[in-house]
This record gives sequence, C-alpha cells and structure tokens, in this order.
Amino acid sequence: MLKIGVPSKGRLMEKTFQWFGARGVTMRQTGQEREYSGAVDGVDGVELVLLSAGEIPRELAAGRVHLGVTGSDLVRDKLADWDRQVADWAPMGFGHADLVIAVPAAWIDVDTLDDLDAAAAAFRAAHGHRLRIATKYHRLVREFLTANGVADYALVDSQGATEGTVKNLTAEAIADITSTGETLKANHLKVLSDGLIHASQATLFAARAADWSGPSKASLSALAARLGLPVPAVSG
Amino acid sequence: MTKAAIRAEAERLFGAFVAAGAVPVEADILLPAETLLDLYGEDIRARAYITADPMAGEMMLRPDFTVPVVQGHMTNGADPARYAYMGEVFRRQEHLDGRAREYLQVGYEVFDRAAPQADAEVFALFQGLLADLNLRSATGDIGILMAAVKGLTTTDRRKRALLRHIWRPQRFRALLDRFAGRAPVPAARAQLLQRLAADAPQALIAAAGPLVGLRTAEDIAARAEALLEDAKAPPITAPEAALLYDLLTLEAPSRAALAHLRGIAPMLPAIGPAVETFAARLDALAARGVDTGALPFEASHGRSTLEYYDGFVFSLLAPDADLPPVASGGRYDALTAVLGQGRSIPAVGGIVRPALVARLRGGA
Repeated sequence: MLKIGVPSKGRLMEKTFQWFGARGVTMRQTGQEREYSGAVDGVDGVELVLLSAGEIPRELAAGRVHLGVTGSDLVRDKLADWDRQVADWAPMGFGHADLVIAVPAAWIDVDTLDDLDAAAAAFRAAHGHRLRIATKYHRLVREFLTANGVADYALVDSQGATEGTVKNLTAEAIADITSTGETLKANHLKVLSDGLIHASQATLFAARAADWSGPSKASLSALAARLGLPVPAVSG
Repeated sequence: MTKAAIRAEAERLFGAFVAAGAVPVEADILLPAETLLDLYGEDIRARAYITADPMAGEMMLRPDFTVPVVQGHMTNGADPARYAYMGEVFRRQEHLDGRAREYLQVGYEVFDRAAPQADAEVFALFQGLLADLNLRSATGDIGILMAAVKGLTTTDRRKRALLRHIWRPQRFRALLDRFAGRAPVPAARAQLLQRLAADAPQALIAAAGPLVGLRTAEDIAARAEALLEDAKAPPITAPEAALLYDLLTLEAPSRAALAHLRGIAPMLPAIGPAVETFAARLDALAARGVDTGALPFEASHGRSTLEYYDGFVFSLLAPDADLPPVASGGRYDALTAVLGQGRSIPAVGGIVRPALVARLRGGA
C-alpha cells in the first residue's frame, strides 16, 4: 500500500480533502467523526493515514509514509537537509503563512536585519544578556540569522502565544508565522522589512526513504496521472 | 581504523606533549551550557549537544577543551604554565553526510607572557610531531587585522562594529564597503534616516505606539541618535580603505608577507606593533628550525565563526581538501580576559585529531 499522511483535523484536513477531491481523488474520514481513520477512493492501493501536521515531517523522513501533506515551514524546520530527505512534489495553494522576524513597533531605529544586529550588540552591552528572540522554528531562524550575519541574540523557545512574549518580558523580539499580520499589530509588533524567513504553504511531499518497490510505485504512477503531476524522482 | 588504533595514536601525541613540558589535565565532559552559550552565541547550539539537567539546568557535551582548560588555569594555574589533554569532543552535525559526531582531540596549551616565543613553540611542536605526514601548513595573524581596524581614521562606533564582525568575513566586508562609501546606503536605511530626522526620538517612539519589552526608550533613542551621527560621518578615505582591502586578501610566504606589511606600515602606523610581533614570531620559528621563507601566510586565515583567536592562527592540512584540519590552533588572549573575570594572561594552543593522524599514517 502507498501510505499518504494527511493532517488529522481542522482546516488543513478539509482543504487537503478538497484539493484531492477537485482532482478526482476522494478522501474521507471513516468511522465516527472524531475517529482518526480514513479511506481513499479513485486510485487503487492508496491508504490514508491521519496524523498531526507537526509529526508528518518526521514520518516522511523515516519513510513510514510515502507521501505527506504538511506546511513547507515545518519540513524545513524539522528536517536537516530537508530536500535530501523529501521531494517537494506539489505546492497546494492553501495554508499560506509567512515566517517572519518581528520587533516592537516602537523600535523606530530598527527596520532591517542590519539594524537588528546593531541593536542586539547595544542591548547586550546595556542589559548584560543577549537579545532574546522567541520562536518555535529554531533551525530556520538560526540559519537565517547566521546567514545574514546577525550576532548577540539568543533564541528562546515559545510553542504558542509567541506574540505575547515581548510584552511579558520573556523575549525582546519574535520569529513566528503570520498570515494577515493582525496578531502582530495587536501586540504592538512590526515585521522587519527584510525579515521574511520563509513563505510557507501546504505542500504535498514524497519521502525518499519510503519503500518504493513494487505496488507502491505503481500506485504512485496512477496517483500522479490522476493528479496531473509528473512522477516525483523518489521511486528509484 | 579501529578505536584502539586511534587511541594509541592519541596516547603517542599526548606523551609527546607531556615530554615537551606540559602538565596533564582533565576536563568534565558535561559542561554548564551558559558559559559556552554566552561566549559563542546561538551558533554553538547548531554545533554542540545540549541536554537538560533537572538541577543544573542546560548542560553541554564538551565541544572543545579550551574553555574548561582556561577556566581551570584561571582558578589555580601557575604562571607560566603548559597543559596537555586528551579526550572526546562532541559535535552536533546538521547535515546528512556531516563530519564525526564524536572524536578524540589531543591538545597542548601554553599560558606564557613571552607571546612570539610561545606561538613558535606550539607551531614547531605540532609541525615536528606530524612531519612525516607531508601536511600543508596555513598560518595567519588576526592581531594584524584587528590593529588595522583600530587604526582606521573613522568613528569608534564604526571600528567597534568592524571588530565585532571580524570573524564573519562576509558581514565584515559589507560593513567595510558601506563605511568606505563603496556600497550605496541601502534604500531602507535612507528612509529610516529620513524618518528619524523628522522629529525627536522620544516623539517618534510615542507616535509609533505603546513600547513593549525590555529594550527601553533610552536604548532606542541612543541608537537613533547614533544612526544620525553615523550618517554625517565622512567615509573611510579611499587610500586607507584600499590598504585594508589589500590586507584582507594578503597571501604570501611569511617572509614576503612581512616585507609587504612593513611596506604598508608607514601608511597604516597602527599595525606597526602587530607587524613587529609577527616579525619576532618568524624569528622564533626560524630559531626552532621552521622554514619561514616558505611558510604560507594568509592575513584572513582563521576568520570563521565560533573562533576566538585574536593573534597567531595555524592549521596543518591533509592533501585531501575534504578532510578537516589534522591540527589547528592559535592565540586567544581575549578569551582568557572574558573567562578570567578581570584577570587575563596571554594564551596559545592547539589540537590534533588523532583519528586523522592514524588514517594518514597508513591504517586505512
């Protein structure tokens, strides 16, 4: 069986079902409404696996699912050398969110990463500790800041309500996903003009480590034909 | 290559360091993460294994010996002192085909106020011990670069910014290009300056909305004023900038490099003492039998993040460019000041990777 991992709840699941449905592949939950089991109609040999969106990168990396739908931000953050572990098969056009760096709007002297770096140096000298940036995207943020030569900062982990950390004095700046910017604004934060780390969207990924021999390969070809996509270069 | 063969090689090197007069020292494998994070910054998290202890907080698996050895010396060391150590270090790998996650290091550190002689002692010892491997030597001197920056005719703020990024060559170059007027003022910065010039900082801050977080209105106003001041400062003059660009790319055999540096010293007098330190080091190296006429010198060698070297730097490299240096080291006077809480002592040292030595010596 070719296993496809799909987010197990909410809008991401609904939109995923719609995306496949519009291409003639019907996904549905089976059993009771809250039961995490599903079925796929329209292509033979495909099994639906409902998973937390945050766990799909790991399942793809391990090859326990052949295909998976999740945010491109999660794959890039959770997987080292992500493009060598999964193939980016199809962007799906929903779940758009930008991972950005934001600072207090009242920081009139800070507009770019260059400013952030200089402000961080002065902050460290004045306050005795590094300028803290709250995020849950540690790898993406660190690689971005290193590549842009920002120093004297420290990442602090924040798994939710990240926009509130500045007001609560547990961080001086944040790196988080935003779609409309309303939450940032409500928390008196602004995005740096060059602070876009990654423009994320829901994406269909193929796992390089999955077992692509025999029937799963045939199912992949059938699915690709149905979706109108080229077969991804993962199946050996 | 078996672990036993690597350990045998490590013990041979360790024995040689002890024979050269070093006191054997041990260091903990689990180190408090805070000191290392404070020293190296967030980048170390990508390079070291961090674990949580319920009582002691964040701990780090020893990424190198320098910090614990310096701390040990600053607490109860003799002056001068020589130390040798041998043990595993642990390096987190963020790429699929990364380098070794744990490997043995054997090291030799010298805390001695006679700096050029100590530099020469360490390099000659390492080169001599590995002479049969036909390694390529690379040397440099970050002290000359730092002296050149400190001697620029520009504001202290610009010099501090350049010095802070001396180990980040790209960022350093971008700042230098801007301060020298070679790169245009970025549009975002021009707009920012325009806005800042429009009103007093306090009024602008108040207009921008409620201020949240620890960074105060005074912090913000101070930098706003600094930005306006910087915009008025004249660029670093073209001849002076040209000397610095020349210095950054200087690569020559050591004696030729010295002649070149002595040639530019009259135009950049601030590098004079650092150049004479370089000269004294070359004499000390020659006295120990190193061929300084051929010894390669690159002014920018050793400029990489996570480094703390601020003077002489060296690497001994295998012909296979994909391998990490077989040995590397350098001078880190400033680190002893940071860790010494007010006290400092000139320090130089280096490490060897016995696994590579064993491999090159014909294991497999």
